[in-house]
Amino acid sequence: MTTPSAAVRPPASPARRAAAALYRHPRIQLTALLAAPLGWLVIAYLGSLALFLITSFWHVDSFSGNVVTTPTLANYQEILGGGIYRTITLRTVGMALLVTVTDIALAFPIAFYMARMASTRKRGLLAVSILLPLWSGYLVKVYAWRLILSQNGVLNWVLAPFGLEGPGYSIEAVWIVESYLWLPYMIIPIFAGLERIPGSLLEASADLGGRAGITFRRVIVPLALPAIVAGAIFTFSLTLGDYITPTLVSNTRFIGNVIYDLVGVAGNQPLAAAYAMVPVTIMLIFLFVARRLGAFDAL
Amino acid sequence: MIMPRWVGIALRIATVAVLAFVYIPIGIIILYSFNASKVATWPIQSFTVDWYIKAFNDPGIRAALWMSVQAAVGATILSLVLGSLLALAVHRFRFFGRDTIAFIVILPLALPGIVTGLALNTAFRAIGIDFGIMTIIVGHATFCVVVIYNNAIARLRRTSRSFEEASADLGADTFTTFRRITFPAIRTALVAGALLAFALSFDEIIVTNFTAGAGTQTLPLWIFNNYQRPNQLPLVNVAAVLVLVISIIPVYLASRLTSDPATVGRARS
Repeated sequence: MTTPSAAVRPPASPARRAAAALYRHPRIQLTALLAAPLGWLVIAYLGSLALFLITSFWHVDSFSGNVVTTPTLANYQEILGGGIYRTITLRTVGMALLVTVTDIALAFPIAFYMARMASTRKRGLLAVSILLPLWSGYLVKVYAWRLILSQNGVLNWVLAPFGLEGPGYSIEAVWIVESYLWLPYMIIPIFAGLERIPGSLLEASADLGGRAGITFRRVIVPLALPAIVAGAIFTFSLTLGDYITPTLVSNTRFIGNVIYDLVGVAGNQPLAAAYAMVPVTIMLIFLFVARRLGAFDAL
Repeated sequence: MIMPRWVGIALRIATVAVLAFVYIPIGIIILYSFNASKVATWPIQSFTVDWYIKAFNDPGIRAALWMSVQAAVGATILSLVLGSLLALAVHRFRFFGRDTIAFIVILPLALPGIVTGLALNTAFRAIGIDFGIMTIIVGHATFCVVVIYNNAIARLRRTSRSFEEASADLGADTFTTFRRITFPAIRTALVAGALLAFALSFDEIIVTNFTAGAGTQTLPLWIFNNYQRPNQLPLVNVAAVLVLVISIIPVYLASRLTSDPATVGRARS
């Protein structure tokens, strides 16, 4: 290799020398880039989670009300032993499943229309109209439903001429509101997934004699499955931990409410931590399966 | 694919119906905020802007609004730094644990917010950190980092490495290449990510509830603490619309900034 002449070489400023050093030592560059974010993730986030997990093995002394840090499985025996905790766990998981299925059913038609039928202009417009409510005003939307579902609210006013009545504040209300809240989280991934399916595959299916119904079942749904699972991660997880919606539109308690009350009202943080491990475990299993199904690429 | 005619019509109807389902509740809360009556009965009899004037003069709402803005700006700046550094590292280098990082980064979104909130609450108490704006910022940054990271890495993947190589061939050093090539390429993605992070932080309640402490109130917390008080109802409606508008505008701007609308959605989903 020939050395460039001194006349061509620019003066080596400190910054320039540092840049050269970085270029020669990519490990240093990597360390410099990674140190802060990794420190953050590991210490602030994973560290908190780990500590949280540890506290779930502590317990509150029933006489003094103090936290005892000797490890015990008492909290887990209490939440897994049946009774009220099991009922609430099953209710919450059932609700999360129901909301996920509802959202898939509601999201598929509009996502299909957006991805495969709408003009480019309309597609962009629809995508933005779905994104705006996805990102904004979670609490506001729950609160809006509280007003809509109230005794003198819009829903009862609309249904009254038909002799019907809305669900009021009830478990059905929770189902409606959760499905409403997380619907955009299902529409967007399915839309993106359907958009990625090459048109040639659909033509091939038709050429081979597949009618629309068969093409849908045998080509579109399998190819959109990772996207559906990606959407389900969110509808499922967000329903699993939501304590705001049940508080505002029902008197029914879900996992989130119980955890919230255990911390706030009962002051039993260790038991709350143990109970919080239930949704965490469910979600970790869900994520593991989702990764197998290729849902992470559809995120 | 040749579809029967009725399928096309049905899909159109479903699309309109879903859009109506999504937007009607939002429209209703906006209408209620102009309701002259102190109780929320439908249909609304007469309209007024008085509650807006009262809300803007309400010390509780003003303080909460200011707190929300500060927290959102703080969380956005913090996650902007962390998220873009992480995206550059993951995009440029192959290293041990790279896939694990990509997994950990989405955890705060994939795990229920109450878990993140409660875990941080436990950690703050254990270390002895006083609850306040700093703890709110840390709580919000856990999920805002993901947004910036996803936006930045999506853009980096679409940007050809050859520009950076050309820059190096022409004699630019690492910093100059970053300043003149890499940064301009990802700038709009970072701005879009920052806008989304701001919106996400501004209306957050689930984590905030556990990281705010007793003395600090963001605007969503103010709503949560007041929605059951009958005489506060008109002001709660106005505060709700405020939260909605302030979080929806950045999202709209972000969607205008990124050419591919799906990226904005995928950033979170």
